[in-house]
Amino acid sequence: MATPLTPILTAHWDDPDSFTIDGYSRHGGYDALPKALAMEPDAVIGLVKDTGLRGRGGAGFPTGLKWSFVPQNDGKPHYLVVNADESEPGACKDMPLLMANPHALVEGIIITCYAIRARHAFIYVRGEVPHAIRRVAAAVREAYQAGHIGTNIHGSGFDLDVVVHSGAGAYICGEETALLDSLEGRRGQPRLKPPFPAVAGLYASPTVVNNVETISNIPYIIRNGVDWFRQFGTEKSPGFKLFSVSGHVRNPGVYEAPLGITMRELIDYAGGMREGSELKFWVPGGSSVPMLTAEHLDLPMTYEAMAEAGTMLGTATPMVFDQTVSVVKTVTRWLEFYKHESCGKCTPCREGTSWMTGLLETFEAGHGQESDLQIIDDICHQIAGRSFCALGDAAATPFPGAMKYFRDEFVAGTHTSADDAFNPVASTVLAGASTR
Amino acid sequence: MEIDDTTRDEVRAIIARYPETRSALLPLLHLVQSVEGSVTPDGIEFVAEQLELTPAEVASVATFYTMYKRHRTGRHHIGVCTNSLCALLGGDVVWKSLSDELGIGHDETTADGEFSIERIECQAACTHAPSVTIDWEYFDDATPASVSEVIAKLRAGEPVQSTRGPVIRDFRATEHTLAVTDDGLAGEGPSADHRMLAGLTAAKERGMALQDTAAPASSEGEN
Repeated sequence: MATPLTPILTAHWDDPDSFTIDGYSRHGGYDALPKALAMEPDAVIGLVKDTGLRGRGGAGFPTGLKWSFVPQNDGKPHYLVVNADESEPGACKDMPLLMANPHALVEGIIITCYAIRARHAFIYVRGEVPHAIRRVAAAVREAYQAGHIGTNIHGSGFDLDVVVHSGAGAYICGEETALLDSLEGRRGQPRLKPPFPAVAGLYASPTVVNNVETISNIPYIIRNGVDWFRQFGTEKSPGFKLFSVSGHVRNPGVYEAPLGITMRELIDYAGGMREGSELKFWVPGGSSVPMLTAEHLDLPMTYEAMAEAGTMLGTATPMVFDQTVSVVKTVTRWLEFYKHESCGKCTPCREGTSWMTGLLETFEAGHGQESDLQIIDDICHQIAGRSFCALGDAAATPFPGAMKYFRDEFVAGTHTSADDAFNPVASTVLAGASTR
Repeated sequence: MEIDDTTRDEVRAIIARYPETRSALLPLLHLVQSVEGSVTPDGIEFVAEQLELTPAEVASVATFYTMYKRHRTGRHHIGVCTNSLCALLGGDVVWKSLSDELGIGHDETTADGEFSIERIECQAACTHAPSVTIDWEYFDDATPASVSEVIAKLRAGEPVQSTRGPVIRDFRATEHTLAVTDDGLAGEGPSADHRMLAGLTAAKERGMALQDTAAPASSEGEN
């Protein structure tokens, strides 16, 4: 039997006021807050630990465990920083969530801050998405007016301030320590770890950095409990997930389903491949994870199954490409992105992305040297594991992943350009059915 | 640079949001950019004074982030995503047509000061590819024709609505929104458009149950 879709975070996005406090409260919104405030903070952490919820920003670290690393009774202020810097190529689930259901995040923030004993939270939203910023900032203001945020929240003695902060265009700020530097008014460059943010984060104080979707899960968990949450997904990948499916499917969009759904099922829900289209490759969770092919369509979309297949679930935001697409062009463009976004702090990433891009561009143009394929692979190995942060590892990912399945296309790049091999118009939305 | 009393009040309010004043740096750079259309040496000096930093410290931050422009930006800023997925689905075609129509290239501004264009990176709108932004507001599922039509309308002073947000104002107005985060426009546009609703629609068509009931949890797991 097919895995059913499970609209939870997305359940009421078709209400015209789903982004307002009235729209949210109509369906049980802010019911979790008094329930959480009646619990001991450590019990809230324990409950989230028991759900097995894993971070939805890409790394999949257990959320409750992360919270438990914050030292208590240390006399320092604690902070929650929500990472809303969604910029991973392929990922488009946090911005829709902020636009359609920002109060789930706000309620989640209040509960999380209560649990980790923070009285100050920041929502760091990438700057290029003003409408998402408006919606979440309006939600924060409404929550203040309703007394859900502020001093002595609902008589609990718990105080909280929430600030919405606009970024200014830098993919690297999605890396948690670069985000913290950026939030402190500096260049967004990653910090050496340890110390980890849970010990020395924002303003050198204990800080939890969590993704938008992760925190938005919290009210639903508090409201419905551990067993309810664990009925979805698998033992190691419990819960439900926003999958943004993009590319050559008939109905690209946001699909909410339990972890463990297969890509075949997701493509089916998305109306199948577009007319005349055949799947060539797909990427399960953003450009920073290795690509897969049709032979992987029946694997469960879980952290563990994707790792076993040699890739990662990442942000669980699959991109689907059909036979009209040049793998060489796709990978080259991704590398141009990593080169552009490398912060320049460490040499392997700064220099390596630049060299790889230059070499890949020769293959895209149809005059690559076959021996350079080995050099590009060597550069990947020099970057991966030797960079300051995960951006370097990510940059070293697309090329080896593509070579595994499409080496011939790179070899063809020694004599034929990507545009000659693949008519660039055929892959466009306007072209509709393929001409090849 | 002329800073009026309203802007000075906004500066104070922005700084007051943060436990440590330097955190106000990025929003203040958006604010001075909203006043001048770019981050000028005067703007940098002003921000440095407000935060008790040196101009060099502020400049080192301003030059790191791509949204801060160091030369004149047009009344409208148009971004075309040319990262892999959008490029393949039509972003490259849209970019070429836009660049040809306006006769300018990446990070350039038309002589009349109306438009600046930029090849931008992923906008978190891959489900709406090819993604274009007008003054950073979403202009989804773009085509050469739809972008050309927008240019004509903006030139003629006719209203252009973001596909998921408000009527387009101008580049400086958006920068102001980013600085202060409140412009009264949160209610514009739909809660979600058909692509954001694709999963919910598919679930409802198939009679799949909504799961977020406030009532006691059902124990009927499907897995």
